Amino acid sequence: MNGLREQRGAAIELSRVSKAYGSFKALDDISLQIQPGEFMTLLGPSGSGKTTTLNVVAGFTEVSSGTLQIGGSNVVGVPAHKRNIGVVFQHYALFPHMTVGRNVAYPLRLRGVGKAELETRVRRALDMVKMADFAYRYPSELSGGQQQRVALARSIVFDPPLLLMDEPLGALDKKLREWLQLEIKRIHRELGTTFVYVTHDQEEALVLSDRIAVFNRGRIEQIGTGHDLYDAPETLFVGRFIGDSTVLRGAARSDGSSTALDVAGETVTVPRRHRDTDRPVMLLRPEKLVMRKPGVDRSDNENRLSGTVSEAIYLGSGSKYEVLLRDGSTGIVRSSLTDQSFAIGDAVELCFRGADAKLLADDSTADTTLT
Amino acid sequence: MSAGAARAEEDTGSASRRSLRPLALALPALVLLVAVIGIPLATIVLRSFNDPEWGFQNYVWFFGTPVNLVVLQRTFTMAAWVTVVCVICAYPYAYAMSVAGPKIRLLLTLCVLIPFWVSGVVRTLAWMILLQDSGIINMVLRAGGFEGIRLIRTQTGVIIGMAQILLPFMILPLYSVMKGIDLRLVQAARSLGAAPPRAFFSVYLPLSLPGVYAGAIIVFILALGFYITPALLGGPRSTMLSTLVQNQVLSLLQWGRGGAMGVVLLVATFLLLALAGPLMRQRYKLAAR
Repeated sequence: MNGLREQRGAAIELSRVSKAYGSFKALDDISLQIQPGEFMTLLGPSGSGKTTTLNVVAGFTEVSSGTLQIGGSNVVGVPAHKRNIGVVFQHYALFPHMTVGRNVAYPLRLRGVGKAELETRVRRALDMVKMADFAYRYPSELSGGQQQRVALARSIVFDPPLLLMDEPLGALDKKLREWLQLEIKRIHRELGTTFVYVTHDQEEALVLSDRIAVFNRGRIEQIGTGHDLYDAPETLFVGRFIGDSTVLRGAARSDGSSTALDVAGETVTVPRRHRDTDRPVMLLRPEKLVMRKPGVDRSDNENRLSGTVSEAIYLGSGSKYEVLLRDGSTGIVRSSLTDQSFAIGDAVELCFRGADAKLLADDSTADTTLT
Repeated sequence: MSAGAARAEEDTGSASRRSLRPLALALPALVLLVAVIGIPLATIVLRSFNDPEWGFQNYVWFFGTPVNLVVLQRTFTMAAWVTVVCVICAYPYAYAMSVAGPKIRLLLTLCVLIPFWVSGVVRTLAWMILLQDSGIINMVLRAGGFEGIRLIRTQTGVIIGMAQILLPFMILPLYSVMKGIDLRLVQAARSLGAAPPRAFFSVYLPLSLPGVYAGAIIVFILALGFYITPALLGGPRSTMLSTLVQNQVLSLLQWGRGGAMGVVLLVATFLLLALAGPLMRQRYKLAAR
């Protein structure tokens, strides 16, 4: 314990890490650098390798190849109990035969901390998660959210420079999850510890993280801030996984400075060239699309696609529409309260500026992995 | 928490109506127990007081005869040793069963159960062949240049034989507790800084204790009343109470004295269980959480 707040998180560097189980590659050449004190989220669907990555860092899983550095020293081959890392599990993993207080004291006892200091630190950790009144309860007497807060206290009480969290809120209901997200954010700010957080919930990732690494099929598709991933996805998978999106596919034509797609007889143009090797698709965020009645307000540099409203969802602050396009795909549009409202079955045109569309390489796995 | 609340509600909801139904289900077994255990037991207790005449003379004889007390003490000591040997052998075995894949688990389960299906007499005779002075163990020892050891007609021989026969009663309750232990708790302990032995002793062992207690009670009680194995494998210095009972009843036709011995054993067992009870209940409660 340092009296001054000089305690800092550890930097982590995974370099070309692979993990194979027989012929199955759980991790395929992963490289990831995490800054001291950063909140990094590993986001992806189940089986994408995010939990394997966490287990590799924790020391529960040995890498097949590659190097792993924590706080500047190589930890490949160092057993889990010598890594001094806090881990919070989805299933809480509180010791059922110990009270809350003894659970939180456990890592301190292992480190031979004296009685007086032990009590102070246990109390401080329980205070931090607002569970100080429960020190003499057994885990079975607590709700899921309370258990997870105790687990969090237990994993920070020994001041680890790195805290790993494996879908810690996965078993909790939505309201509690949202509140605990804010608690976790606060604790991260107060501690200055490096947090690595695994989730499959993109909203949770956006709420919590400094940066997000998006995993798919044992690889990292993109690393960036939530803003980067939403506004500038590098792959179709990332674009589909983060936020809502409309994906347009069709025969592509490219001339020097722009690319045109033929979407079921209607042509849309983007003022960019696509790479020759790729089959291009266009990705559009809901707020970049404007929905109008057919034939109204034409302007020349605007792309237009015709379709039919297939779903209208009232969100309070606005509405979300799903529009069935001519080629059978679905467009997603968000509108504010002041905009004109539409009903299911209305014929509409979706309009957007070419510059707002992302031109990405098609990837058939992007759809299958999401479902 | 909500599951617990729901359960509590269910319990209080219609307790009176529910309490009779399980009793009906248990009726056939209850009838059988009363017929084959209750009545003979009552008879034995009765005879200990009225055979050959009413009074405490059988108990006066039992506690007034030093050899009886020696044998009584020896019976408890040997039962304790058998229990200890069973715990030591069964614990790693049950652990292996609980973590093994389905095929190995089946094999291990069969290895426990197959000897279980062979009669105790047959197994005791098999142990005689192994343990006797010219038996396989001593042959191997002598072939290896060691001196032979005396196993048959010793307490060691009896303990070995009884432990082997009673082992399944220790393994099965241990296994059923161990397979319910979440091994991820051990992983959590490791992440908090516990080296593997420490993680075992501070997390796994306490959670497995209910199984140890359950198995130990069954083995201990069965060992107290064991007759065939001590009779066949033992010698005069390893006589257990059951042999004395048999002697009084079948050779000397002293039903009253045999009955008094049986009652003493029964009461001593109850006393022991009453002492161990509170400790165990507490452990159970904690581990069940």
